[in-house]
Amino acid sequence: MKRLYSRPESLKDVEMSYCPGCGHGIIHKLIAEVIDELGIREKTIIVGPVGCSVFIYEYYNCDGTESSHGRAQAVATGMKRALPDRVIVTYQGDGDLAAIGTAETIHAANRGENFTTVFVNNAIYGMTGGQMAPTTLPGQKTTTSPFGRDTASTGYPLKVCEILSRFEAPAYVERTSVHDVKHILKTKKAIRKGIEYQMKGFGYSFVEVLSMCPTNWGMSPVNAAKWVADAMIPYYPLGVYKDRGGEGERAAGAERIEPRKEPVVREKVL
Amino acid sequence: MSERVLMRGNEALCEGAIIAGCRYYFGYPITPQNEVPAYMSRRLPEVGGCFLQAESEIGSINMLWGASCAGKRAMTSSSSPGISLMQEGISYLAGAELPAVVVNIMRGGPGLGNISSSQSDYFQATKGGGHGDYRCIVLAPSTVQEIAQLMVDAFDLADVYRTPVIVLGDGVLGQMTEPLVLPEPSKRKIPKKDYALDGAKGREARIIRSVRLTPDDALEKHNFHLQEKFREIERNEVRCEPYMLDDARIVIVSFGMSSRVSKAAIHTARQKGMKVGLLRPVTLWPFPTTAVEELAKNPRVKAFIDVEMNFGQMIEDVKLAVSGRKEVRFYGRTAGMLPDEDELLAKIAEVYG
Repeated sequence: MKRLYSRPESLKDVEMSYCPGCGHGIIHKLIAEVIDELGIREKTIIVGPVGCSVFIYEYYNCDGTESSHGRAQAVATGMKRALPDRVIVTYQGDGDLAAIGTAETIHAANRGENFTTVFVNNAIYGMTGGQMAPTTLPGQKTTTSPFGRDTASTGYPLKVCEILSRFEAPAYVERTSVHDVKHILKTKKAIRKGIEYQMKGFGYSFVEVLSMCPTNWGMSPVNAAKWVADAMIPYYPLGVYKDRGGEGERAAGAERIEPRKEPVVREKVL
Repeated sequence: MSERVLMRGNEALCEGAIIAGCRYYFGYPITPQNEVPAYMSRRLPEVGGCFLQAESEIGSINMLWGASCAGKRAMTSSSSPGISLMQEGISYLAGAELPAVVVNIMRGGPGLGNISSSQSDYFQATKGGGHGDYRCIVLAPSTVQEIAQLMVDAFDLADVYRTPVIVLGDGVLGQMTEPLVLPEPSKRKIPKKDYALDGAKGREARIIRSVRLTPDDALEKHNFHLQEKFREIERNEVRCEPYMLDDARIVIVSFGMSSRVSKAAIHTARQKGMKVGLLRPVTLWPFPTTAVEELAKNPRVKAFIDVEMNFGQMIEDVKLAVSGRKEVRFYGRTAGMLPDEDELLAKIAEVYG
């Protein structure tokens, strides 16, 4: 009998630490399928975050490293500079990427670093028990916004795709969702495109994925998926925010200045 | 390589790093070490390396993590406040057992302090610095010649023990120009980097991490392993320079630039008939405890004077080694005020009796 569906080779056969209805497992599987389809398992390195997906490298049959909270893209920068022909994927949540790691995110994107970032936005801190995230929606209740996010005091949810797509350097910025099958398939296409761009040397690719956190939202998995569609997507519109792939340059118009070899002049001591 | 050249400390350390095979530098500007990134930005591309100015010292230390994961020799440099920002990253490097070389060209503190020379980061460098139980190997050069050589040694030590190494220089040393002979590449045997991440081709996938949650005793076990490694470093890697100690009644303990002032004071004191010598720790961690202890046990030695460009940090390690056997006095200036030879001479005369 022909096998139609199986665990991707890039995913280990281990139990994941995620709650029922969480989106991380789906997104992990999509990345693994893309790695398998592109035949890059043996040249891919996963850079994990701090947050619910802190153990992501335990699940992949690829090389992987942790990074300190928020610094995955600095780690990926150093790694990619050292290993330009490997495929580097950072996987980060909203607290990691959009709060503590905002500086690293913005500067890696602005330099057009040639790696791919998958940003999982579930509007809350999961691992620490449901605190307000930079992406928490106005009025959303969390353990640190018990009466709902008060935008007068805590500001507004950060729209990361909208910010990064304003920069010159990034090659590809898209926001997708995994709340239903149609959008899961779209997310896979976006992740594939991001990694393909990296393999072509186009530069920074960024895929934001809206995802469910039923446990910390206090909802059933079904209602959580519905909340993504009804509450999150209106605030975080899906779509391609930037795609300069066809131009094929790290940053179209960017001037590459080659270093000159100049003899080192040293004063000799006789 | 044997010809003598004139170089600034901050530039000599770069050449030392390049001779050691360092090809990746990540750093953020801060005085008084700005010559380091400026020099590396020109020099590294010439040797096929990569220089990148980071968005912050937090960026620098984590970029260094990335290059070190890849098995490459990489470094960063900064000065005191910037090194404070790197402490989380240094703790992670120690926990994950990743080699790294971090240069601290110290300036005055606390806070923004000033941009003048100081040795007030001794505690931070030698006692761990960040969170958790760990030590960094700390090398303290006192001349431009030595800082170049210690860079070569620092990369070896980092690789042999898979641990971050701090080269702790004073602001003056970074800024001063002195003749030196560039060091030779090391011949030390470096273990194979069988932990490095470069894609799991034809082998099991590798993971680099400092986190250990399960089983319950996993992190304690890892800490036992780290402590064993630190004891091994203490057994094998202590370095110090004894200077005019054979007949000394007073022993000065001093490192880096303050040891040079101490040497000058020792010469003058000896002209006046006072038998004074110097013990200069080159490794601040591991500290030359045994060497100090031996001197403390020697009946000829009357007392110790600890001389630093701070308000007394290394003196705690000196006192632990002396262990109450002899008197330990202190002389120090800080934050751009160099130890004064005459003031030190007065202190020597007072203690000499």
